[in-house]
Amino acid sequence: MKLTLKIWRQKNAAAKGQIVTYNIDGIEPDMSFLEMLDVLNEGLIEKGDEPVEFDHDCREGICGSCSLHINGRPHGPDRGVATCQLHMRMFKDGDTIFIEPFRATAFPVLKDLIVDRSSFDRIQQAGGYISVNTSGNTQDANAIPINKHDADKAFDAATCIGCGACVAACKNASAMLFTSAKVSQLALLPQGKVEATERVLNMVRQMDEEGFGNCTNTGACEVECPKGISLENIARMNREYLGASLKG
Amino acid sequence: MGILDAKIPDTPLKDKWTKYKNDINLVNPANKRNIDVIVVGTGLAGGSAAATLAELGYNVKAFCYQDSPRRAHSIAAQGGINAAKNYQGDGDSVHRLFYDTVKGGDYRSREANVYRLAEVSANIIDQCVAQGVPFAREYGGLLDNRSFGGVLVSRTFYAKGQTGQQLLLGAYSAMNRQINRGKIKMYNRHEMLDLVIINGKARGIIARNLITGEIERHSAHAVVVGSGGYGNVFFLSTNAMGSNVTASWKIHKKGAYFANPCYTQIHPTCIPVSGDHQSKLTLMSESLRNDGRIWVPASLDDAKAIREGKLKPTQLSEEQRDYYLERRYPSFGNLVPRDVASRAAKERCDAGFGVNKTGEAVYLDFASAIERFGKEQAAIHGNHNPSKEEIRSLGKKVVENKYGNLFQMYEKIVDENPYETPMMIYPAVHYTMGGVWVDYNLMTTVPGCYAIGEANFSDHGANRLGASALMQGLADGYFVLPYTIGDYLSSDIRTGRISTDLPEFEEAEQKVREQLAHLVNNKGTHSVDHYHKKLGKIMWDKCGMARNAEGLQQAIAEIKALREDFYKNVKVPGGMDEKNAELEKAGRVADFLELGELFAKDALHRQESCGGHFREEYQTEEGEALRDDENFKYVAAWEYKGVPSEAVLHKEELVYKNIELKTRSYK
Repeated sequence: MKLTLKIWRQKNAAAKGQIVTYNIDGIEPDMSFLEMLDVLNEGLIEKGDEPVEFDHDCREGICGSCSLHINGRPHGPDRGVATCQLHMRMFKDGDTIFIEPFRATAFPVLKDLIVDRSSFDRIQQAGGYISVNTSGNTQDANAIPINKHDADKAFDAATCIGCGACVAACKNASAMLFTSAKVSQLALLPQGKVEATERVLNMVRQMDEEGFGNCTNTGACEVECPKGISLENIARMNREYLGASLKG
Repeated sequence: MGILDAKIPDTPLKDKWTKYKNDINLVNPANKRNIDVIVVGTGLAGGSAAATLAELGYNVKAFCYQDSPRRAHSIAAQGGINAAKNYQGDGDSVHRLFYDTVKGGDYRSREANVYRLAEVSANIIDQCVAQGVPFAREYGGLLDNRSFGGVLVSRTFYAKGQTGQQLLLGAYSAMNRQINRGKIKMYNRHEMLDLVIINGKARGIIARNLITGEIERHSAHAVVVGSGGYGNVFFLSTNAMGSNVTASWKIHKKGAYFANPCYTQIHPTCIPVSGDHQSKLTLMSESLRNDGRIWVPASLDDAKAIREGKLKPTQLSEEQRDYYLERRYPSFGNLVPRDVASRAAKERCDAGFGVNKTGEAVYLDFASAIERFGKEQAAIHGNHNPSKEEIRSLGKKVVENKYGNLFQMYEKIVDENPYETPMMIYPAVHYTMGGVWVDYNLMTTVPGCYAIGEANFSDHGANRLGASALMQGLADGYFVLPYTIGDYLSSDIRTGRISTDLPEFEEAEQKVREQLAHLVNNKGTHSVDHYHKKLGKIMWDKCGMARNAEGLQQAIAEIKALREDFYKNVKVPGGMDEKNAELEKAGRVADFLELGELFAKDALHRQESCGGHFREEYQTEEGEALRDDENFKYVAAWEYKGVPSEAVLHKEELVYKNIELKTRSYK
């Protein structure tokens, strides 16, 4: 396959970025999208140019590092995958592909396609946990049976990989899907109920402070989420938040 | 050559840990506030250790090269975590988990450590459930279990195919609570590039801020390395792209002995290599062997026809298939340990029975599981005369519920539907049992420097059983290190803050700068990946699933030559004072080029076959591993002496008082 790549290049956080065009040949359909970028970079290094930097690590869709906006969509045209699981068979010979970083005020660009997502960590630090010390004396794991339906729902919410596609997809750059996934996971489990009020208030406050936008229920986040995190979680968080505010 | 003292308490096995904990020195809460601990790596071991040390009151500085601690590669562990809970009432116990692990490791692990691991395993599950880890449950609301290779009980707890993710997010949440309290200072996108030793004790590290390129000095009263394994020395492995040996190797070069580097786990069920462009390999969880059956065609003609695309696997009848694991190992069948399953796949493929274009793949087939589950479900739903279609559809749902994300992952990569046609799999490098040598306290041979999780060597011997890595990482971080480190730190309560202006910091920083400057100023001809791929090929061909003396000698010479070439001709674009992914890779590959040689040297010296280390010269008539307990029942710990070829061997004799050494058999 022969492709034209239009890639966002930006030296560092302070520099002004621009789209640079690259032509690439010899791409096979079985390659992953990131392996295609590896081939591009090998060529750039050979010529003495600086390679395109992008975040990536596990390359199996679970670490949440990769974060590319491909032809206007977070993680590209395939459904239910992160960029690292996107394969070149989704493209045709002669295609032009636009590759940009995720765009959001709360995700500043650090270099080329790399953005700073530490705002996500700070939301989690504000309350995304259950306060239990490691003592070895917690009660037996089977002491509280948990209804399988709730346990499965908590699991589904917990599969969020924290990649930020939801934010990148949202016209308001809202982090409601991300935040609500953790709020839901813990609100659905009896262990998490004790701190539920504080948790939702603190996490939402931090989310707002980071500069993420509001949710206007367009559902773009759910469509682009590589893990299929459900909008139901946002509804649950809103309910939790309302309840907590009234108690507050 | 010296003899190593592992400092194992001289008490009966069952009381060792309890009694030891009662006897060690403690640090009072007020003094803990004056003690700093550095933790490098935020996977299951590093993350859980950082959180627990902070809960106890120490000031923790945690480092990871990723942009968030949640992205450490523990996140990719799929299948599960073992614990001797005996919830299934199938005869499990602490002793049985201990026994299975020692036997699974082919009698090359340390009894006392493994017993402790089995003892604390149950606490891990309790702790994780309390943190909100959503393990799989049965309809009654209680926790579900499944079985893994090399054992006859169901003791594996799981969260679909994302157990590592859920456990790591549990540890991450515990860290977040402490970051929020100010007890952990988190350094994301930082890489440790050297250890600083002052008056014989580990007192800090030199780290590089990967965004700005700044070289930073960090001091502490103890340094804990939990930076994972070194599987990426093979270039292609199931490890993350950034997984590296650098932190472990730097402490090795500063005096920490490196143990059993040749013990590498080649995992039997990975997606086969598809071409030269391949950047990494993807694991298909061992849990799939609970229900999948592994086979190749029984005749060479059929195998050839399949390779040429003239025949489909689904067209072969039962008689035309060779379920070689079930044939060779009737009692464990498809659930033999990983080393055994991998070698058996290689044996069939080498004999010409491979089923993909490259001839290096076997089938993992779910057709009979789908049928079995389908019939069961039909009966549960009162349908006692189901059609074939109904059975398939019901069975597929059960399989999807158990392994859905794995099947989806396979389909995305291979572009074939594994519900309809058998998966193709082949062994790939997955885990390294070898690592930094530690004593019973998990302390390395450098006082005050600890190694935990995959980074150390202690619990898995020559072969790790499935679902035991998560167990060990969390055991070390949550339940072992936080106790043992206190004993060491109790003598440090009057030390006070350690200055980073000391000459030892200055010297270490200078060395780091020189190395980085050399790499960026070299302006050679080949990229870092060029060298990494060459190294990987030497390792896979000569230090892989089967090794022999001749090949290992060649590997040693070739790696040495490659390393020299690397320093002369590597090309690293960009500068030191900026984000520079090539420079990061160059530093890691430089360390792999040293480790690789020590790896081959260790494999050459170990003139026996055990676990994942298979020397062709030492095998039984049936092709099974032939151990030599008389001469090699020891841990080989190597001391750094300038270059890998000069490394000095130290032995820790392994003493088995509670388990009888036997030939490992899964027949």
